[in-house]
This record gives sequence, structure tokens and C-alpha cells, in this order.
Amino acid sequence: MFKYFEPSRIFSITSKAPRYVMLLFIITLAIGLTEALILSPEDYKQSHSVRIMYVHVPAAWITLGIFSSMTFLSIIGYIFKIRNFFLISKSLAPSGLVFNIIALVTGSIWGKPTWGTWWAWDARITSMLILGLFYFMYLVAWRIFENKDSAFKITTIITILGIVNVPIIKFSVDWWNTLHQPASINILSKSSIHISMLFPLLIMTAAFALFSLLIFLMKYNTELIKIKNKGLDRL
Amino acid sequence: MIKEILFMNGFGLYVWSAFAFTILSFALLYVVTKTQYIKEKNKFISKFGTLNPERATSAKSQSINKEILSNTSSI
Repeated sequence: MFKYFEPSRIFSITSKAPRYVMLLFIITLAIGLTEALILSPEDYKQSHSVRIMYVHVPAAWITLGIFSSMTFLSIIGYIFKIRNFFLISKSLAPSGLVFNIIALVTGSIWGKPTWGTWWAWDARITSMLILGLFYFMYLVAWRIFENKDSAFKITTIITILGIVNVPIIKFSVDWWNTLHQPASINILSKSSIHISMLFPLLIMTAAFALFSLLIFLMKYNTELIKIKNKGLDRL
Repeated sequence: MIKEILFMNGFGLYVWSAFAFTILSFALLYVVTKTQYIKEKNKFISKFGTLNPERATSAKSQSINKEILSNTSSI
């Protein structure tokens, strides 16, 4: 089964896919922005500031999703010694970090009109900042460790330690008294968000997911070419 | 209408700056990633050019190398 994850097999797909993903991303983003900035209604309490949700929430979801995927890939890669899983994980990290920064900055911008402050050391915000630090450590570890085996080991440890923080981020608003509001969207129970706001939110999430896929594909191709460059040196 | 979209009952500055920051971050990440990709690809092509015919044939026999060389404008 793992032969399907061979770089040469994947490269033939990943080298052609970005142009289509880019096109799809631009279309989805255009629809999402129109919905989020013009067509969606304002909130009865937060007025127009609620529109920040359409960039803040998808960014937070994607950064959590990417880190969870990275952890899964690193653990499976380490157990079954699948080098390519580390490559995929490494290629996912930059967009994960950028989405984390976007979630923090847009959250801060949203905090000013809603809470009256740019920043508060509350459980949700602090745990999100910690996730950003894990992303940073992960990327730095790849730069520091020349020896690939050490890099695989250290980055796997970082993701395992970091994943402990993911349920803390998710449930922080339920476990502690925080400034941050509880989740409005629940998969298992009824969501408290109206469909007129849910639709643009989902469109923007799709656009953000496509962007992270685009960056992943470009980064993955770069990493493969880097390996091939080293291979040419050895010829 | 346009005025309402721009000012958003006094929240325009917050909303637009949040969206602008997001789009700028996207653009920056895209440019950085693309630059790295082009740099590595050019390095690969120039290295490939310095190989003697025998080594070049051997390197070209690998499907991934062929893909890299054929895909000069994939992104």
C-alpha cells in the first residue's frame, strides 16, 4: 500500500495540481469575500465587527487541522519508517504557522471592539499562542538538525507534545471562564449560528483549505527537488 | 451603499484591517514559497546541465527527474 506514497508517483500529480488548485482557490475566495463582506447580515449584538469571524474562525480551524495531521503523519512515519510522511508533514507546517498567526492577529483585532482590549491572557488565546510556538519549534528543528534521523525523531516529539495542546484549545472555553465565546458550531449538536452566517463561513473555510493545499503542493515539490538536487551531487 | 460597506457602522477599520492582514499574509506566503520553488528548480536545471552525457542519461532515466525537467512552469 505504501508504494502509492513514493515521491516519484506523487510528484507526477503534485507538479500539475497547483494551477488547478490556484484557480479553484481564487473562485472560492471571490465568492467567500463577497458573502462575508457584503451579502451576510450584521450581528444584532456585535454589528459589522462579526465579519471578522469569516477570517478568524477558518484560520483557527485550519491551523488546528494541520497540526493534527502533522502529528498523525509524524507518528505513522516514525513507526513505519515512511520518510515521505515526514516530507508531507514538513510541507504542511508553513501554512499551519501562517494560519495560526492570522487567527491570533484577527482575533486581536476582533477583541478591541468586542472586549475593549487587543490582548488578554485568557485560556483560549494563550493556548493558541502556545500552538504557534510549537509550529515555530517544529520548523526550526528541521533547520537545526542536519542528520535526518535526528530531525525525524525531534519533530515527532514536538508534534506529540504539541498535540496535547489541541484539546486544551478546543475545550478551554468550556473548562475555564474565558473572555472568548464558546463554540457556535457543533457537529454533534445543534449549532447556534444562523444559516446566513454559516454559509459564508463554510465558503471561506473551503477557500482557506484550498490555499493551504496550494502552499502544501508548492512546498512539497520544492522539498522533492531539494532531495533530487542532493542526488545529482552524488552522481 | 459603498459608504456603508467601507465604514460598517464604525467597525470598518477593524473589519478591513483583519481582511487585509489575511490577504497580505496569503500573498507573502505564496511569494516566499514560489521563490523557494523556483530557486530549487533552477539549481536542479543548472546542475543537470553540468552532468556529462552518460550521467545525464542515467539521471534522466529516473521518472521524477524527467518530471522536474519537463515541468518548467508548473505553478
